[in-house]
Amino acid sequence: MSYILQSLADQQLKEEVPTLYVGDIVRVHNRIVEGKNERVQVFQGTIIAMKKAGPASSITVRKIGAHGVGVERVFRIHSPRVEKIEVLRHSKVRRAKLYFLRDRVGKKARLKQIRR
Amino acid sequence: MKGLIGRKLGMTQIFTEQGEMVPVTVLEVGPCYVTQVKTPHTDGYAAVQLGFEEVKPRKLTRGQRGHLKRAQLPPLRVLREFRVKEEHLDEYKPGQKLLVDVFNEGELVDVTGISKGKGFQGGVKRHGFNRQPKTHGQSDRERAPGAAGAGSTPGRVYKGKRMPGHMGHQRVTVQNLRVMRVDPERNLLAVRGAVPGPKNGLVTVVAARKTRR
Repeated sequence: MSYILQSLADQQLKEEVPTLYVGDIVRVHNRIVEGKNERVQVFQGTIIAMKKAGPASSITVRKIGAHGVGVERVFRIHSPRVEKIEVLRHSKVRRAKLYFLRDRVGKKARLKQIRR
Repeated sequence: MKGLIGRKLGMTQIFTEQGEMVPVTVLEVGPCYVTQVKTPHTDGYAAVQLGFEEVKPRKLTRGQRGHLKRAQLPPLRVLREFRVKEEHLDEYKPGQKLLVDVFNEGELVDVTGISKGKGFQGGVKRHGFNRQPKTHGQSDRERAPGAAGAGSTPGRVYKGKRMPGHMGHQRVTVQNLRVMRVDPERNLLAVRGAVPGPKNGLVTVVAARKTRR
């Protein structure tokens, strides 16, 4: 990639993004446009995957919704729509993608908390 | 009519203000110089000739150097002509410098380039012919073009029948690309979507001719 393209991509990056790890429990503040109204929706869950791709970098956040239904959302962390990401806690994980959590229900789907 | 000459730098992705991520092609456009103004009186039609990219004088023939000297310009590698409406001709003077800022963000443009050469290609890649069955007693026919026409009536293959042959390296225009970014400092233009040709390929950018309502 030429340096000009690189510099253009770098301009897209947000200045402040917290350091995130796979296994973190995060609250993502996402701006949503409904017709003319704009509001911020918060999505709280575990980061089960991270993709590092410059401005297109994204995280996959999984939470257990109503009636025990698993909900996953992918957020581009540098998108202007993502207002803020709060890290609530870190977990002990031994792999980069936590897709095994999808097959686990209840107590088995827990991750051990660690302090960083 | 707004037009400029430039080079394709490559593609990347950027966010719009709405937070949408869109694919863009980044072009290095201009600075271009007006090298000649053609009037109906002198040349029979109205056009503006633009030059792009300074080079060492020895790269040009004496004729080319002399042509540029008339407009008091440095040696330029690329010369391209753009048709202009007669009534707008007096907006251009030989020697005038044109920068990317003739285009604005949100505008639609047409981009012309030479597409990447693909060499000699078969009908499947070149014209989108269907593949033939891999099984059911077939052999060696998978990507064959099939029949070229009917039998002894007409007894010949029609002109224009699509067949294997050379593909690509053709002048291609992509219409109605939206200008996403303009950077006059670095002469950069980012348009939404793809643009014909390889990286560093020459392109011309003009204001869109046909705009859908």
